[in-house]
Amino acid sequence: MITYILRRIFYAIPILIGVNLITFTLFFVVNSPDDMARMHLGQKHVTPEAIQQWKIKAGYDEPLFYDNKASGLQKFSDTLFVKKSLNLFTFHFGRSSEGRDIGHDISQRMWPSLALAIPTLIIGLAVNITFALLIALFRGSFFDRFSMMLCVIMMSVSGLFYIIVGQFLLAKLLNIVPISGYHSGLSAIKFLILPVIVGMIGGIGAGVRWYRTIFLEEMNRDYVRTARAKGLSEIAVLFKHILKNALIPILTGIVVIIPTLFMGSLIMESFFGIPGLGSYTIDAIQQQDFDIVRVMVFLGTVFYIIGLILTDISYTLVDPRVRLN
Amino acid sequence: MTLNLLPSDYIIYGLFFICIICGFYIRTQPHLRKPWKKVFSNKGAVVCCIVLCVYIAIGLLDSLHFSVSNKNGVQQKSLLDLMVQPLGTQDEKTYSAPLATHLYQMDGGDYPQLKYPGTHILGTNKIGQDMFYETLKSVRTGLLIGTLTTVFMLPFALFFGMIAGYFGGFIDDVIQYLYTTLSSIPGVLLITAMVLVMQVVITDHPTLFPTIADRADARLLTLCFILGITSWASLCRLLRAETLKLREQEFVTASIAMGARKFPIIIRHILPNVMHIIIITTVLDFSGLVLAEAILSYVGVGVDPTTASWGNMINTSRLELAREPMVWWPLLSALSMMFFLVLSANLFADSVRDAFDPRL
Repeated sequence: MITYILRRIFYAIPILIGVNLITFTLFFVVNSPDDMARMHLGQKHVTPEAIQQWKIKAGYDEPLFYDNKASGLQKFSDTLFVKKSLNLFTFHFGRSSEGRDIGHDISQRMWPSLALAIPTLIIGLAVNITFALLIALFRGSFFDRFSMMLCVIMMSVSGLFYIIVGQFLLAKLLNIVPISGYHSGLSAIKFLILPVIVGMIGGIGAGVRWYRTIFLEEMNRDYVRTARAKGLSEIAVLFKHILKNALIPILTGIVVIIPTLFMGSLIMESFFGIPGLGSYTIDAIQQQDFDIVRVMVFLGTVFYIIGLILTDISYTLVDPRVRLN
Repeated sequence: MTLNLLPSDYIIYGLFFICIICGFYIRTQPHLRKPWKKVFSNKGAVVCCIVLCVYIAIGLLDSLHFSVSNKNGVQQKSLLDLMVQPLGTQDEKTYSAPLATHLYQMDGGDYPQLKYPGTHILGTNKIGQDMFYETLKSVRTGLLIGTLTTVFMLPFALFFGMIAGYFGGFIDDVIQYLYTTLSSIPGVLLITAMVLVMQVVITDHPTLFPTIADRADARLLTLCFILGITSWASLCRLLRAETLKLREQEFVTASIAMGARKFPIIIRHILPNVMHIIIITTVLDFSGLVLAEAILSYVGVGVDPTTASWGNMINTSRLELAREPMVWWPLLSALSMMFFLVLSANLFADSVRDAFDPRL
C-alpha cells in the first residue's frame, strides 16, 4: 500500500514538470516579458528604458532557460524558468503583480472554497444516488420515462440559469438568504445555503442519468438474480446488493467530478461573492495577473492528482478484491 | 454589394459541403446506412433533427457576409441580415417589453410610443436593439463553437490515439504522458491561460487583423482551437483503448501476413472500425460546448464582446434582473434559444448513441 502510494507520487513528478513547462511556455515564451511590460505600462509610456525598468521591478529581467553571463550552476539557476516555475514545487509562490504574498492569500482563501466545495459534492452525490436508485426501482415505467425526460431537460438548461434564477427567487423575492457575500465562522452557513442548493440542482440532470445507467448495468448481473431467487425484496436487493457493488463506478464518477468541482466553484464563488480560490483566480484573470493564474494552474493540477490517488486508495476500501500493485 | 467572406465562413461552408458529400456516400453504402436508418426510425430523433436543421440553416445564412455601402458607410451584413432586413435596423430608444407599443421607461411623466410598435417579438435591450434579432445572430456563434471545436480536436485525437494504440512501446508511453499531463490541468484554467495569451498576441499584432470583425472572428476561431486542444485527451484515450483491442483481431493479422504496411492498415482497417466512437463523441460533445461558451464568456475568456453570442447576452442581462421594474426578456430570449438548441442536440445525441454503440 505505502509503496503504491509512494510510486504514484513519484509518477506525479514528471506530470507536474510537464504542466510547469506548458504554463511556462504559454506565459513566458509566447507572451514574452517585454509584451507583459507593454501591457502593464499601457500604450503611451512604451520606451525600451521603461520596459527594462518594469522588468527589473517585477523580477522578469532574467533570461528564460539559460544564462550566458553567469558561471557554473548559476547558468541554469539564474533563469526565469527556475525562479518562477520550479520554485512552485517547494510551494514558494512569490508575489503577485500588486506585491501581495500569493502563498498567504491562498492559505486564507482555501477555507471558504472548501466550505463550499465539500458540501456541494456530498449533498449532490447523496441526492443524485437517491434519485437514481428510486428511478432504477421503477425502471421501464412511466415514472422512469418521465424522470429521464426531466433529466435531459435539466441538463439542457445553462448552469447560469440556475444561479440567476436561484438568486432571484430565494434571495430577492422570498428574502430567505442573502444574495451574495461571506462571513467567517458559523455564520457562513446562511451564505452557503444558496450556492450549495444551486450547485446540487445544476448537477442533478447529468448525475442522475449517469448513476441510473450504472445501477441498471448492475441489475443485469447474476448475483442480482440469485438474490431475487432467494426471495429478497426488491428494496433489499437494491440497497444491500446493488448499491454496494456499484460503489466502484460511483467512485470513478467522483474523479470525473473533481476537476469540474474546481471549475464549478470558480463560477459559483464569483457569482455569490465567496472569497475563495475560484473568485481569486477570476479576479486575477480579469486583472491579467499572470503570476496568480500560473500558481492556480499548478495547484489545480496538484489537487487533481491527489484526487486520483485518493480514489485509488478508496477502491481498496470498498472492494477487497482490488489490490494496489 | 460585394461578397466578403470571413475565414470562419469558409470553414463553415467547407464543413457543410464535406457533410453533404459524406451523406451521399453513406446513402450508397448499405452497411453505413443501417445505423442512421435506426436513428431516423425514432420519431423523437427526427423532430430533434428538424429543429437542429432550422438552427443550422440560420447559421449558414448568417455565414454569407456582404459588404454593403449605404449612408452610414460600408457595413458588414450577412445574408440573414438582408433577409430579416427590418429587424436589425428598427432600433428603439431603450428597453421595451415583448410586443409592447410603448417604451418600458417613463420619459417626462409618460411612456412614449415606440417607433415600431408591436414588431419586437422579444422586446428590445438597453440601447433599443431587437432581442429576437440578437438571439438569431447568436445561433452562428453557438453552432461554430459546438462543431469547429470537434473538427480541430479530431486530427490530434485520431492520429495520437491510433498511433499509440497500434505501435505501443515508447510511442505509446510518450503519447500517454502527453495526454495525462494535459488532462491533469483543470480544463477551465488551461483554457483561460491560453485565451489570455492569445488575446495578448492578437492585440500586439493589429496589422494582421485590420477590422473589428476580423479580430472578433480570429478570437472565435482561436477559442474553438483552444477548446479543441484542451479536450482531445478523453477521445484519444478511448481511441487508444479501441485500437489496442482491434490490433489483435484476425483481420489485422491477416493484412500483416499479406504484407500490408503499417499506415495503410491503420487507415484502411482500424479507422473504419473506430468511426462509431468518433460519431458518438462528436454529437455528445456538441451540447456541452454550446453551454461552455456561455460560462466562458461570463469569466471573460469567451468570444469577443462585440460578437453576438448567448454568453454575452446572458452576461449583460444578468444585472438587468435587479432593475426596478425588472427587465427579464433579454435573459429569457438568450436562455430559451440556447435551451431549444441544446435540448434537441442532447436528445438527438442519445438516439445516435443508442444506434451506434455496439455495447447497447
